[in-house]
Amino acid sequence: MTRITRGFHGRRRPDVDPARVPPGQYVTQDFPVLSAGPTPHGSLDTWSFTIRGQVDQPHTWTFDEFQALPRETVTRDIHCVTKWSKLDTVWTGVSLDTLLDGVETSAEYVTAFSDGGYTTNLPLEDLTGGRAWIAFSYDDEPLHPEHGGPARLLVPHLYFWKSAKWVRGLELQPEDEPGFWEGYGYHNYGDPWREQRYAGD
Amino acid sequence: MIDNQALDGNAIAGTLAEVFGGDMTTAIGTCGHCGTRGPVAEVVVYRRAPGVVVRCRVCDGLLMVITQVRDVFCVDALGLAELQAPA
Amino acid sequence: MLELIEQTARTKSIVFDVPGWGRHRAGQHVDVRLTAEDGYQAQRSYSIASAPEDRHIELTVERIDDGEVSPYLADELLAGDEIELRGPIGGYFAWEEAPGMPVFLVGGGSGIVPLRAMLRHHRATDSAVPVRLLYSARSLDDVIYRDELTAADAGDVRLTLTRRQPAGWTGYGRRVDRELVAEVCWPAPERPLVYVCGPTGFVEAVAGALVSLGHEAARIRTERFGPTGGETP
Repeated sequence: MTRITRGFHGRRRPDVDPARVPPGQYVTQDFPVLSAGPTPHGSLDTWSFTIRGQVDQPHTWTFDEFQALPRETVTRDIHCVTKWSKLDTVWTGVSLDTLLDGVETSAEYVTAFSDGGYTTNLPLEDLTGGRAWIAFSYDDEPLHPEHGGPARLLVPHLYFWKSAKWVRGLELQPEDEPGFWEGYGYHNYGDPWREQRYAGD
Repeated sequence: MIDNQALDGNAIAGTLAEVFGGDMTTAIGTCGHCGTRGPVAEVVVYRRAPGVVVRCRVCDGLLMVITQVRDVFCVDALGLAELQAPA
Repeated sequence: MLELIEQTARTKSIVFDVPGWGRHRAGQHVDVRLTAEDGYQAQRSYSIASAPEDRHIELTVERIDDGEVSPYLADELLAGDEIELRGPIGGYFAWEEAPGMPVFLVGGGSGIVPLRAMLRHHRATDSAVPVRLLYSARSLDDVIYRDELTAADAGDVRLTLTRRQPAGWTGYGRRVDRELVAEVCWPAPERPLVYVCGPTGFVEAVAGALVSLGHEAARIRTERFGPTGGETP
């Protein structure tokens, strides 16, 4: 039996435009750190970003090469499946449109892979059209390792577990394969506006 | 290297009791990756994630993943070679 | 809820009368579950600060400003209110009278809470087991249960204040490192049973120091709190 706790309302912020907050989310001011494992502390000298799998040939960028690519600074709202949302976050990174330009593929799905073994899956289409970045800066500072630095995937239109921290590359695949959390019952696609938290939502 | 984010098995004692039907913090687990044996209370727990991720204190190997999907707990003890319930 | 007691600027003790409460063991915790009218629930774990012999259940809550449960418990909860407690939980970080070996308690910040329950249990049972507490806080104002721990009959309690010490302070004024552990703890051959509780970094440092001094890992029991205490924002 569950009883109501008098005076308890959870987190409510009346001063936020409700149209910007997906169902079941609350707005937070700080930036919670979510991790499924220890924070890697690798050297930038050995860091690289790779696009591989069903491609004409694998493409790899060193950190210096990566930094030399055209960069974009974007302001986006982010939504975590643990129910916090953070508005107007500012990121700088390389658009996936830039990285995928010149990659020949017939793949329709992507598995992003990270240091530490984390993976997450997405339709390739969701990484294009100015909707996804490999971000290496947050709030005009180098991305802190706790938040996924040196670089993380940023796909703000999906729940934030899709924005893999410590990302090292993309595996392009003809078939969809569940990533880490997707394999444990979380939604395969994860649209916060349709509240796709768990498989079947 | 242990993160300041990481807690230990005491932090999920309530969840484990709900899943296993009794206290599991004194149960002895064996890591399937490196063979380390020790009480469940001493494992490394990452709770600030969509689910709970349990790792070996010695090798960081994945021992257990616990998710709660619509009030139902799902436990995958994939990395535990053995789990001896408390006497 | 019966009573709210201010401990420090950031911590309060909350005393509950819990009908049907089975006896807990010193060091165990409870899960607090709050339910909003729309069905939204939030749950956190809090160590029990009272001894099994105490008449009521006492929790000590550190108020996390952007937290969800601790501001409610510290600021909203009124005497007479009811909340849902589940427990007692956890059998590992718990102490019961066992003859022989001395018991060494090491607490950092709000990690004092379960250790305070052990100290009270020790006193309530007139235990002959030697018990010693080493408690690390930032300043004297941050010492939880300050009056109780500095009272003449507090027992063998050593305080270390890591950031600021009052004038004339005769306790320790540094972090709990290998040298301090070596100075305060019984030597390894005496095989003390050790309980360490605090933030993760604190526990790692103390447990590492104990092992390097030759203490058996199996006699060191640890409990880690999150970086901001019992609650994550």
